Amino acid sequence: MVPLSYYLVLGGFLFACGVAGFLIKRNIITIFMSIELMLNGVNLSFVAFAAHWHALAGQIFVFFVMVVAAAESAVGLAIIIAVYRTRETLNVDQVNLLKL
Amino acid sequence: MTASLNLWLIPVLPLAGAAINGFLGKKSSRTAATTIGLVFSGAAFAWALYVAARFSALDLPYQEYLAHWFRSGTFSVDFAFYLDQLSLVMLLVVTGVGFLIHIYSVGYMWEEEGYYRFFAYLNLFMFFMLMLILSNSYLGMFIGWEGVGLASYLLIGFWFTKDSAVSAGKKAFIVTRIGDCGFLIALFLLVQHFGTLNFTQVFEQVRPFAPENAGAGFLTATALLLMFGACGKSAQLPLYVWLPDAMEGPTPVSALIHAATMVTAGVYMVSRSHMIFERAPIALTVVAVIGTLTAFFASTIGVAQMDIKKVLAYSTVSQLGYMFMACGVGAFSAGIFHLMTHAFFKGLLFLAAGSVIHGIGGEQDMRKMGGLRSYIPVTFGTMFIATLAISGIPPFAGFWSKDEILWKAFSSGPAGRVYWLIGLITAFITSFYMFRLIFMTFFGDYHGAHVDEHGQGSHGHGGDSHGHGEPHESPMVMLVPLMILAFLATVGGLVGIGDRFEHFLAPVFGSGEVAAAAGEAASRGTEFLLMGISITVAFLGLALAYVLYISKPYLPQKIADGLNGFYTTVVNKYYVDEIYARLFVKPLVDGSTRILWHGVDQKMIDNTVNDAADGARKVSDEVRHMQSGNLRSYASWIAAASAVMIAYMIWLGVGR
Repeated sequence: MVPLSYYLVLGGFLFACGVAGFLIKRNIITIFMSIELMLNGVNLSFVAFAAHWHALAGQIFVFFVMVVAAAESAVGLAIIIAVYRTRETLNVDQVNLLKL
Repeated sequence: MTASLNLWLIPVLPLAGAAINGFLGKKSSRTAATTIGLVFSGAAFAWALYVAARFSALDLPYQEYLAHWFRSGTFSVDFAFYLDQLSLVMLLVVTGVGFLIHIYSVGYMWEEEGYYRFFAYLNLFMFFMLMLILSNSYLGMFIGWEGVGLASYLLIGFWFTKDSAVSAGKKAFIVTRIGDCGFLIALFLLVQHFGTLNFTQVFEQVRPFAPENAGAGFLTATALLLMFGACGKSAQLPLYVWLPDAMEGPTPVSALIHAATMVTAGVYMVSRSHMIFERAPIALTVVAVIGTLTAFFASTIGVAQMDIKKVLAYSTVSQLGYMFMACGVGAFSAGIFHLMTHAFFKGLLFLAAGSVIHGIGGEQDMRKMGGLRSYIPVTFGTMFIATLAISGIPPFAGFWSKDEILWKAFSSGPAGRVYWLIGLITAFITSFYMFRLIFMTFFGDYHGAHVDEHGQGSHGHGGDSHGHGEPHESPMVMLVPLMILAFLATVGGLVGIGDRFEHFLAPVFGSGEVAAAAGEAASRGTEFLLMGISITVAFLGLALAYVLYISKPYLPQKIADGLNGFYTTVVNKYYVDEIYARLFVKPLVDGSTRILWHGVDQKMIDNTVNDAADGARKVSDEVRHMQSGNLRSYASWIAAASAVMIAYMIWLGVGR
């Protein structure tokens, strides 16, 4: 059986990749995908722990996360389309109306 | 038990008048304001007369409980009134003279702005003065005491557009506050030792004390502090300086507050506390010495004053000194007797002076008067009577009371002879400067017309706007009070013949007056001899004034030149104001400016606040760059913070 730590390291790696992508990339879609990556890293940890402890809560929580992520994608993509229509760019550095 | 006298009505009536005039007077007519002011003060006087009529049927001292005020631990104070022979005398003097001066003010103040305000203040003063007299505890007295100070401040500064009046008001208030501080500490001492401020209870507990002959104890300390309070209010050395300046107020105010009633509050307070003073011989000596010195000192200043009201002011200070001298030798009833006659003749002098000032259009400098006798005969006549009274010429009122004081002083022991001698010299000076006033004002030629060409005459008497024509007699509304007071100043002293007044007050002061025993020892013959001496001295003063100001009018200037240094000193009131300014005011102002203002306020308080604000601004200036609006920078902050949190939690886990 694969030890728990493998899953956790993989989940941590996925999450770190998500964070790095979120911070480095400028394109909103890519950032969006980085978020998904982070969520999946977390999901992996949840599932791994659930299997390890033989507890269902973690698995159920993963479903919640997936549902929320799906909803988020729907809303997020709609926003992205709206932003692109008004500003004709997806570069976050140029979407800075809130800046002082 | 007799039926209730409703004593509370007496102070409350003027208070109601003050409230009505104060709140509604601005919109109402002069006639309405007059009616309110006179009706309420007159009603108080009427009620006082009613009380006097019922007086012989009362159980004395009569006490009347009105309401509970407050309780703190075992110490409690009520609103309650106290009436005995002493309060009755004060009550009649204050309401009677007060009412007369109200009437007089109608004529004197008629053309002034803020006429209603004047009557509101005057009624307010009556309220506080009556509270002072009628309260049954030191605390109630203290309310009245502070209240009359307030009313005095308001009335001195009545012409508040005039700088000198405003600062005179402040000076009066502050200087008397210095004395009040002593009064207040005395009250604390009484509460500490006796747990009460009620007169009856305090005196019951004081009674068993033996006189503190050897050394000074608690009673001496209390008595001295009370004395200090009285010095402030009654303008004794060293706190007399406010009274002459208080002459900036309208003349009826000078008559009512600064001659007849408020300034005698100190004498009343000392007399009321005679139980304490009699058991503190050192304090009594201090009272006598201060009184004697004040009487003499102030009278010498009075000699060289040119402002008619200033002469009277110094004369008041001097007469108050007599009263304190009487209290100091234990002759409290003589002090109160002089208080009463003084209220008559000094009130009259001020009112007459006001009538003179009114008659010649606001001039107060005696050099610009002269020869007014024929222009304003009634004023002259009444003022002349008052002068005879104050100079101690029989049978006028002042003679009886002043002589009583001198006699009591003389018979009170070896030190008393010194008081007597100084008192006698003072009587001479008094007679001299009072007749000097009369001669300069009413005899000789009128100097007003040509002096006026120099464009002078704007000084003094703020808003009296009518022009300088012929000197004219005042209206009847002013003259009638003058005549009534002149009558009182003539016959007021007769109640003292055969010690009747003393016997009347004996239940209050007890037959054990310090002076009584010594007084009986000396023979009647001595008393008559002394009486003769003081009459002689009074006439000598008159004669000297006649020589200097009527028959040889060039002499005063010569004498003044001969004494040039000294004369200037006297004219400048011995530079007491300047000395006080140098000794107390300047250090206080400088200290406040340098230490409290520049040091504490600007450096400490302001800088603390400003530095805190500057610091906050600088920190925020840096921190606000965090909020850049850049999404990725926010994310980096979140990531960094999460990293820190995770590191911390790992560290926690490892450490465990």
